[in-house]
Amino acid sequence: MTEVPVDVSLLRELVPAVIGVLVRRGADFASAEDAVQEALIRALETWPDDPPRDPKGWLITVAGRKFLDATRAETSRRGRELAVDLEPLPGPAPATDDTLRLYFLCAHPTLPPGSAVALTLRAVGGLTTRQIATAYLVPEATMAQRISRAKKRLAGLPLDRPGDLATVLRVLYLVFNEGYGGDVDLAAEAVRLVRQLAALTDEPEVAGLLALMLLHHARRPSRTDPDGRLIPLAEQDRSRWDTGLIAEGVGILQSALARDRLGEYQAQAAIAALHADAPSTAETDWVQIVEWYDELLRLTDSPVVRLNRVVAVGEADGPRAGLAALAEVDPDLPRHAAVAAYLHERAGDLEHAADLYARASRAATSVPERDHLTREAARVRQALGP
Amino acid sequence: MKYLLLKHYRGAPTPENDVPMDRWTPDEVDAHMRFMRDFGARLEETGEFVDAQALTPNGAFVRYDGPGRPPVTDGPFAETKDLIAGWYVIDVESWDRAVELAGELSAAPGAGGRPIHEWLEVRPFLTGAPAEHE
Repeated sequence: MTEVPVDVSLLRELVPAVIGVLVRRGADFASAEDAVQEALIRALETWPDDPPRDPKGWLITVAGRKFLDATRAETSRRGRELAVDLEPLPGPAPATDDTLRLYFLCAHPTLPPGSAVALTLRAVGGLTTRQIATAYLVPEATMAQRISRAKKRLAGLPLDRPGDLATVLRVLYLVFNEGYGGDVDLAAEAVRLVRQLAALTDEPEVAGLLALMLLHHARRPSRTDPDGRLIPLAEQDRSRWDTGLIAEGVGILQSALARDRLGEYQAQAAIAALHADAPSTAETDWVQIVEWYDELLRLTDSPVVRLNRVVAVGEADGPRAGLAALAEVDPDLPRHAAVAAYLHERAGDLEHAADLYARASRAATSVPERDHLTREAARVRQALGP
Repeated sequence: MKYLLLKHYRGAPTPENDVPMDRWTPDEVDAHMRFMRDFGARLEETGEFVDAQALTPNGAFVRYDGPGRPPVTDGPFAETKDLIAGWYVIDVESWDRAVELAGELSAAPGAGGRPIHEWLEVRPFLTGAPAEHE
């Protein structure tokens, strides 16, 4: 055999399948997942020097051994008989895919979103607890505890009960929006997980979410400058958008829409596709974007969607129309002042716009957004003159 | 030794170059942001960085209000005199080094590109129990 470098992505893809194998051989989900995590860490340590010929078989064997060790320790402590037999089955590992069930279990509606995210990244994504902890800026012990409590909560739930697809998609969307954290690119990881889910299911909303993520991901290189400053859509260098990802996203969206089962992710992806298709903000089909926002509002009635719709109305029908629509939106939303500032600036009321940008910076929820809005306030103030 | 370098929205003595940020030019804002980012990067390089966080000016005071009752909240902070904006935690060899670094941070450029001379609060951490007691 020739030496193969450790294929970390392959290793991670195998994780859910190996958990599935252990569960089918009689292990409970919580212990199987722990055992596979331990095997994963061992693989990351040993594979670079000693790559296995059969990575999946290696993982099954090592995870099975870890599971037996843990169970024996537990059994002798409690003085009980070992109830499962994890000796390797003859022949290759069964090809049945257990991954889909894991998606639903890890993003179970009974779990708080933060726990569902962590468990999904570990059991479905094959990330280590440390990587997840680093990505979410919490101590490793905290993340380990969060995962272990989530699994305790799941104990007793039947593994084969159909879960809630909407929750699964929301969890994956949360991961996507987290962006970069530590050495893990969570956005790319979310795309991978949704891609995998799309291959396992036949739901237009899964395709819709995949299209949405691809279309957003395609614009990522243009969204910040080398200093980490946010660049608003209107000023982005569109030649840096990834046309391959856009084409893929649009194609996936079109097939999904053709199924005629519209959902919120498809509607959001449609909006993203209209942006991706436009050579500039001025040449964007804002009228159609407003129509998609109307559709999205019918589907979700979300205050954030209502606020985003205001921006589109401002572009389609002018800033005065935007301000009229803004009057209908909850003023407590974090980005309300930012939208108001933008519309007032467009309407020529610079004094008011500068004050609103300054107020918006105080309501910002992230450092890049705060810095951007502070700069906008300074820019408009400077245009006003001394 | 670990120290907290505490930045205040208000509550610290008024700095020399006290112009609100939205009244700077965009270039001055950029220069300030760049300085802050470089300061953090420099601490990482010297092995003195522990943590940096920024807080929004929003929030509230909260206190226990007796058994079976929800906590009492008092805020947003409109009336408070002191409002923390954020902090660096540094791990350095001495108090003098902590003061030196706070001085550098306080020289961040502000309006007119001149240093803000912002007052920063420098506070030593209480340490854990030493391994041996006399």
